[in-house]
This record gives sequence, C-alpha cells and structure tokens, in this order.
Amino acid sequence: MTFKPTYKLFGDSAILIEWPSQINELILCDILYFKNEIEKNIQLKDCIVGYNSILLVYDFLIEDLASKIESLHDLYQNKEMLGEIKNSHWKIPVCYDATFGVDLEYISKELKRSIKEIINLHAEAIYTVYFIGFLPGFLYLGGLNEQIIIPRKGTPRLNVVKGAVAIGGNQTGVYPNESPGGWNIIGNSPISFFDVQKEHPCFASPGDEITFESVSLEEYQQIKDQVENNSYQIQQVK
Amino acid sequence: MITVLNPGIYSTVQDFGRPGFANIGVPVSGVMDSYATKIGNQLLNNDLVDAVIEITFGGGKFKFNEKLKICVTGANFSPEVDGSSIEMHSVVEVEKGAVLSFGKKIFGVRTYLCVRGGISANKMLESKSFYKGITNSSILKKGDILSTNAFQLENKKTLSKIKIDDNYFKAKLIECTLGPEFDLLSKIQQEQLTRNIFTISNDNNRVGYRLEELLENQLEPILTSGVLPGTVQLTPSGKVIVLMRDCQVTGGYPRILQLSEEGINVLSQKTTNDKIKFVLK
Repeated sequence: MTFKPTYKLFGDSAILIEWPSQINELILCDILYFKNEIEKNIQLKDCIVGYNSILLVYDFLIEDLASKIESLHDLYQNKEMLGEIKNSHWKIPVCYDATFGVDLEYISKELKRSIKEIINLHAEAIYTVYFIGFLPGFLYLGGLNEQIIIPRKGTPRLNVVKGAVAIGGNQTGVYPNESPGGWNIIGNSPISFFDVQKEHPCFASPGDEITFESVSLEEYQQIKDQVENNSYQIQQVK
Repeated sequence: MITVLNPGIYSTVQDFGRPGFANIGVPVSGVMDSYATKIGNQLLNNDLVDAVIEITFGGGKFKFNEKLKICVTGANFSPEVDGSSIEMHSVVEVEKGAVLSFGKKIFGVRTYLCVRGGISANKMLESKSFYKGITNSSILKKGDILSTNAFQLENKKTLSKIKIDDNYFKAKLIECTLGPEFDLLSKIQQEQLTRNIFTISNDNNRVGYRLEELLENQLEPILTSGVLPGTVQLTPSGKVIVLMRDCQVTGGYPRILQLSEEGINVLSQKTTNDKIKFVLK
C-alpha cells in the first residue's frame, strides 16, 4: 500500500507531515521508514511522531518551504524499506487486583461484563507501540480489544499514581509517573517505564510489541522490590 | 557559589532546554522568556544559552559566597543588593556575602538572575533545566547551593548596560501563525480567535496558560500528534490552552494557532487576569 503524505508549515520553524487519520500498522511502518530516512539525511532539532504524523522541528526559520517539501518528498519516494520495524516484544507484569484497579467495578457495570472478563480481554491482546508521548515514557498503544472500549472520564483525576494501567476510548497505557489523567484505571505495573539514569531511559521504541501479564499482589511486591534494587530485567519475548 | 536564602514562590534553574528527546516523551523545557535570558547572558559575555535562575513573581533572596558579576533581566521586581536598589539589564559586581533580594513588582512575571560564567549544574539529557523525574530537583529550595562556572577575566570591552523597551511587558499583542487545524474552524470562530481580547485564567504555569473566554467549538479531537511550546489548542468544551515550555510533546486537541518565539516570550511575562490578543504574523 502506498500513501501520499501531506506537508504543512507548522509555526515558522517546523513542518508537519500527515497520513490519513487512522490508527493503522501500515501507516506506522510507513512513518517509521520515512523517519529513518529523514534522520539519516536532515539535521533536525527534534522529530515528533504521532499516530498519523511526523512533526519535524528545524533549528532555524523556514524560508524556503517549497524546496524543503520537495526534498522531503524525494526522501519519501526513495526511502529504504528494509530492516525490521517490529524490534522487540516486551512482557509487562500488571497486577489487576482491586487495590489498584479502582475503576474495574465501574467498567464492569458500564460494559455489563464481569471484572474477570475485562481483565482477560486486556491481558490477552498483543499491543503495538505507536509512539511515546504525553509524559516521559508514556507509550501510545494500539490493539485494545473493541469489547472493552469505554469513554474517558468526564473530569480527569488530578493524581493518577505511578504505574497505573488504564483504558480510555480505544487506547490503553501505563502512567510512567504520577500525573493527572482521564482514563479508567484497571491495574498497576511495578516496572519502571522511564529511568533517566539508564542509557536508554525508556526501554520501548515505536513498532515494538507489548503484552500484559497478570500477576498477583505478592508477585507485584516481589517485582517492585527487584525494580527498586535494580535487579529486575523486563522480559523480552523476542 | 550562590546560596538560596529564600527561593520565593517558584524558582528554577533553566537553560535552553532539551530538544531532541521527543522520541521518549521528554518535554523541551528551558527558560520561559528566552529574550530576557539572552540579554543577560550577552551583557555578561556568557554563551547566550548559559543556565540562569528563573524567578517567578519575585520574592527570592540569594546570597553570593564569592565576588561575582551578575545581571538581572526580565520582570522588574525592584531588585536590591544588600538593601540598595540595582539597575535591571546592567552588569553589577557583587561582593562576597552580598544578598540579592526583590521588592515591589513594577512589571512582568519572570525575572532572570544571570551570573558571569553561567550556573553550573548536572546536565540530564543534555540540559540543566529543572523538570520533575528528569533532574534531581524540580524547584529551588531554601538552603540550596548553586555553583557557577569558572570564567577567564577578559579585557574585551562590552556594553555593561542596555535600555529595554518596557512596552514588551505591557504589550497585549501575542504574535502567532496559523496552526495546522485552523482551517477546520468556522469563519466566525476564526474571527473570534484573531479579533477578540482574551483573559489569562489563574491556571497558568510553565506547562501552559488556559484562557478564560470560551470559543464555541464543534471540532472533534484529532489523532494524537506532535505539539510544541507555543501551540494553541482548543478543547472540546471550547477552552483555549496555550502550551508553554514544559508542555507535553504530543496532544489530541486541534492546534489552532502557533505562537512565535517572540509571542511565547511576551506571554511568559503575563499572568492571571492579564489581557491578550492574538495577532497573525
């Protein structure tokens, strides 16, 4: 499948490249191949990936938009589409116990499904990392089972705890740090999604796969202890 | 070295932030008013991007533990050294033990304490700018001690003082360009956005400024996409939010305007109840 991304000036020193407004793995691959090509050829201040977009931030004011777009278009046409986009598959432990899953009961009533069913539907899916945004280490995941789609909360919570696993709309994610948040909370993961002390502060990259593995409260505590004394290794399936 | 005797309401160490880490969700951060910071660093013969102390709403008290050259820029909160007032935007030599304090607000919100050599601090992800979860501290606290970078005495003559046009603090006009979703707004909304005067709500900080007046809105949220400091978002309930330096890297609200660097600097010197008007560049 081929796309025709569009190019727009964003402010006076950034260019927004957009694909059709869909959450779709073909678009993700196209974006990641194009991004590789751009980063090989153009010196940028920053490069921000979204579901269907790349925002290129230049270090200077753009005065020759047309020629910039033309060279980007050439890069797009000639981009290399080799190499694996799906690099890794990570297994993320999640405790879905009611102590953490503070919205499970509400979701169960709203969706008319048992709590067990909701947990199973969440834990059995394979998710794709589309990009990392919002907060340091916050993974935007695609692949939530349609049967557990539930709207975001009308009023966001001011303090969602670190590690909270939540669903909202057709998205799911883990809050890497304490923050405000409007999604429905179903569990908590003891692992660290962002550690500035590490060489790679966030272990995941766009294109990776994620599965959630249900763990008991005891296992949760064990893993948390290991994370705290730096002896925990996130499980990698591939 | 500088000892923080009193950090005031909200003071942080800032340089020009950490662009380039959006791929792991890290905000850019950096000084809110880059213009004021560059003036201070220029007058001190520093690198323009050297780290400074950003003081919000005045009130801080800082003691110098060695003889230093300093320059106070940005918001004017009647700066004093050992009780005698000093000039803004001018290089001042302070003696060991001298104390910088602030008094009455004259204009602006964010004051910059720039020192010869720049503030020295650990760089995390290539920047000294404070940000929770990235740097050890997220605000300056009483008793904190900051080092300054060593510098060579130079004979080069530079201006030690300049006159700044205060109008920049009083200006209502915020310079911007159209955002990627501006075209989705109706003609009426577009006119309201660029003709009306908006009031800054009390929800304004380094992450963003929410405005009081609502803009009637039928726009659907967009698929989460990149945002920048200075991006103006429109929420489903019609709230207008101007993102500032500590903003998230992606967002799901339509991006209706984009402030220029100058627009961000002017806005960063405004606070609750101040009036602004967006003006297209």
